[in-house]
Amino acid sequence: MIPVNYYLALSAVLFCIGALGVLVRRNALVIFMSIELMLNAANVAFVAFSRQFGHLDGQIMVLFVLTVAAAEVAVGLAMIVAIFRVRASINVDELNQLRG
Amino acid sequence: MPFPDLNLFTAVHLLFLSAWACALLLADLWIPKTHKPVTGWLAFAGLVITLGLVVAQLGARQAAFGGALATDGFSTLMNFIFIGAGMLSVLMALNYLRQHDLERGEFYPLLLFSIVGMMAMGMAKDLIVVFLALELLSIPLYVLAGFGRPRIESEEAGLKYFLLGAFSSAFLVYGIALVYGATQATSFAGIGMALDAGQATSPLLLAGVGLIMVGMGFKVAAVPFHMWTPDVYDGSPSVVTAFMSVGAKAAGFAALVRVLFDALAPLASEWGVVVATLAALSMVLGNVAAIAQTSMKRMLAYSSIAHAGYVAVAALIDAQGAQSNFSAGAAIFYLGAYALTNLGTWAVVLAVEKPGRMTTDVADYAGLGRTQPALAAAMTLFMLSLTGLPPSIGFVAKFYVFRAALEAGYTWLVLLGVVTVLISAYYYLRVIVVMWMKEGLGEAVLPRALNFTIWLTAVGTLVFGIVPGPLMNFVESSVRGIF
Repeated sequence: MIPVNYYLALSAVLFCIGALGVLVRRNALVIFMSIELMLNAANVAFVAFSRQFGHLDGQIMVLFVLTVAAAEVAVGLAMIVAIFRVRASINVDELNQLRG
Repeated sequence: MPFPDLNLFTAVHLLFLSAWACALLLADLWIPKTHKPVTGWLAFAGLVITLGLVVAQLGARQAAFGGALATDGFSTLMNFIFIGAGMLSVLMALNYLRQHDLERGEFYPLLLFSIVGMMAMGMAKDLIVVFLALELLSIPLYVLAGFGRPRIESEEAGLKYFLLGAFSSAFLVYGIALVYGATQATSFAGIGMALDAGQATSPLLLAGVGLIMVGMGFKVAAVPFHMWTPDVYDGSPSVVTAFMSVGAKAAGFAALVRVLFDALAPLASEWGVVVATLAALSMVLGNVAAIAQTSMKRMLAYSSIAHAGYVAVAALIDAQGAQSNFSAGAAIFYLGAYALTNLGTWAVVLAVEKPGRMTTDVADYAGLGRTQPALAAAMTLFMLSLTGLPPSIGFVAKFYVFRAALEAGYTWLVLLGVVTVLISAYYYLRVIVVMWMKEGLGEAVLPRALNFTIWLTAVGTLVFGIVPGPLMNFVESSVRGIF
C-alpha cells in the first residue's frame, strides 16, 4: 500500500498550484478553475486520511465538498457570463470601477 | 451500525425557514410584478414564525444530527441577532428595491437561505457543519452582492466577493482536511479529546488550524484578509451591504468562537497570539484607512473592518486555557450592539441615497440637521454608538469587550483598542459635524418601513446604552457553562 504521506504531498502540491493560479492568472474563468483545484486537493487529503484511519467521515466530507463546489460553479459561471455581457471581457484587471 | 440520534425538533427552526424559503421561491411566481412587496412581507412572516420557534427553545440545551448541531444559549442568542438583522433588512428592502428598479422576487428567498446558513453556523459542533453553513450563507450573498445587475459596479462587487470568498473557503476546507488528519475527527468533541490526549504540537494540526483561521478571517473581514471588503461593500446594493456587514460578520464570529473555545481550547496559547494580532491589525488599519474616505459606504466598510478587530479582542482566552464565560458573552453582546447600530446607520444611508445612484458621499449629509432634525439626531446617536461614546449601546459593548480582554491578560491589546477608538472618533464625529453645521440641501426620503427601522434601532441603541444591565445579565446567563 502506498503510504499516506505520498498522497499528502500530492494534495499539498495541487493546493499550491491552485493558490498560485488564483494569484497570478487574470482570467476569471482560469482563477475559478484554480479554486476548484484547491478544493480537489483537499478532497485528495480527505480520502487518503479516511483510508488510513479506516472510517468514513473523510469520504462523507468529500461528497459535501463536491456538492458545494457544484453550487458555486452555478453561481460563479452565471456571474462571469453576466459580466461578459456588459464588458465583453472577463479579465479581472479590467474590473476596476470600484477603488479608493 | 448505530443510527445517530437525529432529534429533528432541535433543528426545527432551520428546517422551517429552509422550507419557507423554498415555498416562497415558488409562490413568488404567482405574485405579479406590481405587487412584489407581498413577497417581502411573506419573507417577514416566515422570519416572525422562525423567531417564535427560537423563543420556544429558550433555555434548552440539546444536540441534533448525532451531535453535529447544538441548540444552547449561545446559538439562541446568535439566532436572535440573525433573525433580527433579517427582519430589519426586509423592512429596508421593501422600498429600496423599488426605488432602484431592482424589484425581483428572488431577493427575499435568497436572504432567507443566507439566514439559514448563519443560524446553522451558530449551532455548529462539527467542522463539516461549519463548512456547509458557511457556504449556505455565502452563496446567496454572492448573488445578492451582484443583485444590482446590470449596473457594472454591482456585478463587479458580486464577482470579486465570489472569487475571494471561494478562494477563502478553499483554505478552510484544506484546513479542515489537515485537522482531520491530525486528530482523526471532524466533530468538536472528537478534536477536543484528541488534543487532550496530547497531539497538540503536531505540525499538521497547527497548519490546519492556521488555514481554518485564514478562511474565517476572510468571512469576518479581519486584516490582513480584508482586501475585498471596501470594494464589495461599496459596489453592492446598500441594503445588501447592510445585511452582510452585520449577518456575515456575526456568523463568522459565531463559528470562530465555537471552533476556538469548544474544539481548540487546549491550544489557546498558540491561537491566542494569532487572534490578538488579527485584532490589533484590524483595529489600527480599519480605523486609519477610514479617515481618508469621502464615500459613506467605503467609510462604513473600513469601520466594519475595525469592528471585526474589536470583536476579536473578546474572542481570547488566557494562555492557561482558563475559561472565562465573560469572553463569549462579550463577543455576543458586541455583535448584537454592532448589528443594532450598524443597521440603523445603513437605514439612514438608504434614506439619503438618491434613486439611480447607489452610493452617497459624506458631503450629501450636509444640512440634514436643518431639514430632517429627527433623522439627523438618530444618525448622531448611531455615530456615537459606533465610536463607543455614552449614552449608547456601543459604549457598553466596548467596555464589556475590553473588560474581557483584561481578564484574559491582554492589557497591551486593550490599550491599543482605546487609542484606535480615539482615532475613529475623528471620522465618525465628522459625519455629525457635516450634518449639523454645514450648509446643504439635506434631502432624504423616508418611507414608512424605513422610518420605523430607524426609530426602532435608535431607541434600542439609546435604551440599552442607558440600562444595559438586564440585557447583559441575560447574555451572561445564557452562555454560562457552554464553553
